[in-house]
Amino acid sequence: MPKILILGEHDGKTLNPATQKCVTCAAAIGEAEITIALLGADTAAVATQAAAIQGVQRVLRVDRPENAHPLAAIFAPQIVALAADYTHVFGPSTSFGKDLTPRVAALLGVPQVSDLMAVEGAYRFKRPIYAGNAIITVEADPARKLVATVRVASFEAAPLGGTATIESKAVEVALPTHTRYLGSKSGSTDRPDLQTAAKVISGGRALGSAENFKLLFSLAAKLNAAVGASRAAVDAGYAANEMQVGQTGKIISPELYIAIGISGAIQHLTGIKDARTIVAINKDGEAPIFEVADVGLVGDLFQIVPELERLV
Amino acid sequence: MQKIMVGIKRVVDYNVRVRVKPDGSGVMLDGVKMSVNPFDEIALEEALRIKEHGTNVEVVAVSIGVADTQQQLRTALAMGADRAILVQTDTAVEPLIAAQTFLALAKRENPDLFLLGKQAIDDDANQTGQMLAAIWERPQATYASKVEIADGKATVTREVDAGLETIEIDLPAVVTVDLRLNEPRYVKLPDIMKAKKKPLDVTSLDALGITAGALLKTVKTEPPSQRQKGILVKDVPELVAVLKKKGLI
Repeated sequence: MPKILILGEHDGKTLNPATQKCVTCAAAIGEAEITIALLGADTAAVATQAAAIQGVQRVLRVDRPENAHPLAAIFAPQIVALAADYTHVFGPSTSFGKDLTPRVAALLGVPQVSDLMAVEGAYRFKRPIYAGNAIITVEADPARKLVATVRVASFEAAPLGGTATIESKAVEVALPTHTRYLGSKSGSTDRPDLQTAAKVISGGRALGSAENFKLLFSLAAKLNAAVGASRAAVDAGYAANEMQVGQTGKIISPELYIAIGISGAIQHLTGIKDARTIVAINKDGEAPIFEVADVGLVGDLFQIVPELERLV
Repeated sequence: MQKIMVGIKRVVDYNVRVRVKPDGSGVMLDGVKMSVNPFDEIALEEALRIKEHGTNVEVVAVSIGVADTQQQLRTALAMGADRAILVQTDTAVEPLIAAQTFLALAKRENPDLFLLGKQAIDDDANQTGQMLAAIWERPQATYASKVEIADGKATVTREVDAGLETIEIDLPAVVTVDLRLNEPRYVKLPDIMKAKKKPLDVTSLDALGITAGALLKTVKTEPPSQRQKGILVKDVPELVAVLKKKGLI
């Protein structure tokens, strides 16, 4: 029976929803025993949240002061030690997972399958290449441990209501001292997180200025939506880089995505193709964004956006 | 800081629209324009900037690939790398093998810093830098948007989902770079001429003691599923009505 270890992502207080999506992916393998590993300074609160995810049998807490920040060089040797009891190690395809899992795989001497988007068997998966312009089916050797990242946009969050057991685990491995955490700076905190928001409103170069992005923030506040931007808008200095949606920014899958003044470069479309409903507002009816939009409105965004804000 | 190695991958140019072969055996690569992986160009640019701000820093561009990969290494030399090494192979090299190969080169060259793009835009694996750091038993700083070198250490600002994170790492170390780090320079014609005289060594996986081979088997390649064509609405009230009907607002 596959025994799957999921690397839980959290900030010490809240479990990242990406973890629930990894559980859904792991459960798709079928007949699998699923464990979530939580490394941190104090994982008591997040362990309770992880234990409530349906389909999870066990939550392993590895608390030590060195784990206060998720440094791959510090986490990886501990995960390698935990992995001894498992056939699979899954991390989310977030910046946390993408940083950490390859280091784990290499220490284990095994290849990694990145960005699982569909499960076809315990050792057979689909994943995107060329920014999603091709999908490959890969098979891994069942004789080796399988390390993978799970493309979070491809899976629904596993429901809550489970009752997994929580265990504290001491992992006796030497940790390197060559990597030190100095600090973090988050962007705006008063709005929903772009990566996980159910609704996202993004602006493109047609907004024309950082000042005009306020139109979107105002609409977003009314809809309780996160605000994103195309790479063109970021490059033009209208929006912060962390707002960038696309292949070179964030790949997201909200319920509702409203693209405003975005023409729809291939790299942007790659970042939104898993959105449930895409709305495009653009004055150019020939813009490629309309090829993927579920609902399109051709017109001047400077008239449409304020009117939309009044009517919702 | 005396030596920086930079990983360079030959990939399909980012402007090419990649198509899947009808028989599902892969993507069409015949006659397609090939370029340096854009993220690797940023890594090289960073190495050159460190070189220009320091004294006696040598920048070595390294690649693994077919004989024609010399073209991409010549581009790297034209940008300003001092010399280049090609580990020539006709076999596709997976990230773990690439990391083992780079480690063999690093052990020979002893760089202070190994810079790579955060991922290659062909296989999108996003693994090689982290794997190299792991088996080299050295620090890693992925998704760098700022790199400062001083006193045998690097202070690296990383682009993470929640914003920016800053870490300090001891050298030697592996740093993988993100889009915001810098804007790579354009290559000028005199530099292309000069690059022809710069050393480009060709070696093989065998010579480095690396066993090539597929660790993962790709059994099928298919195009992505297409979204269904949507509807056009004529005005904002109609848009609001549609979104309300779908229960989205």
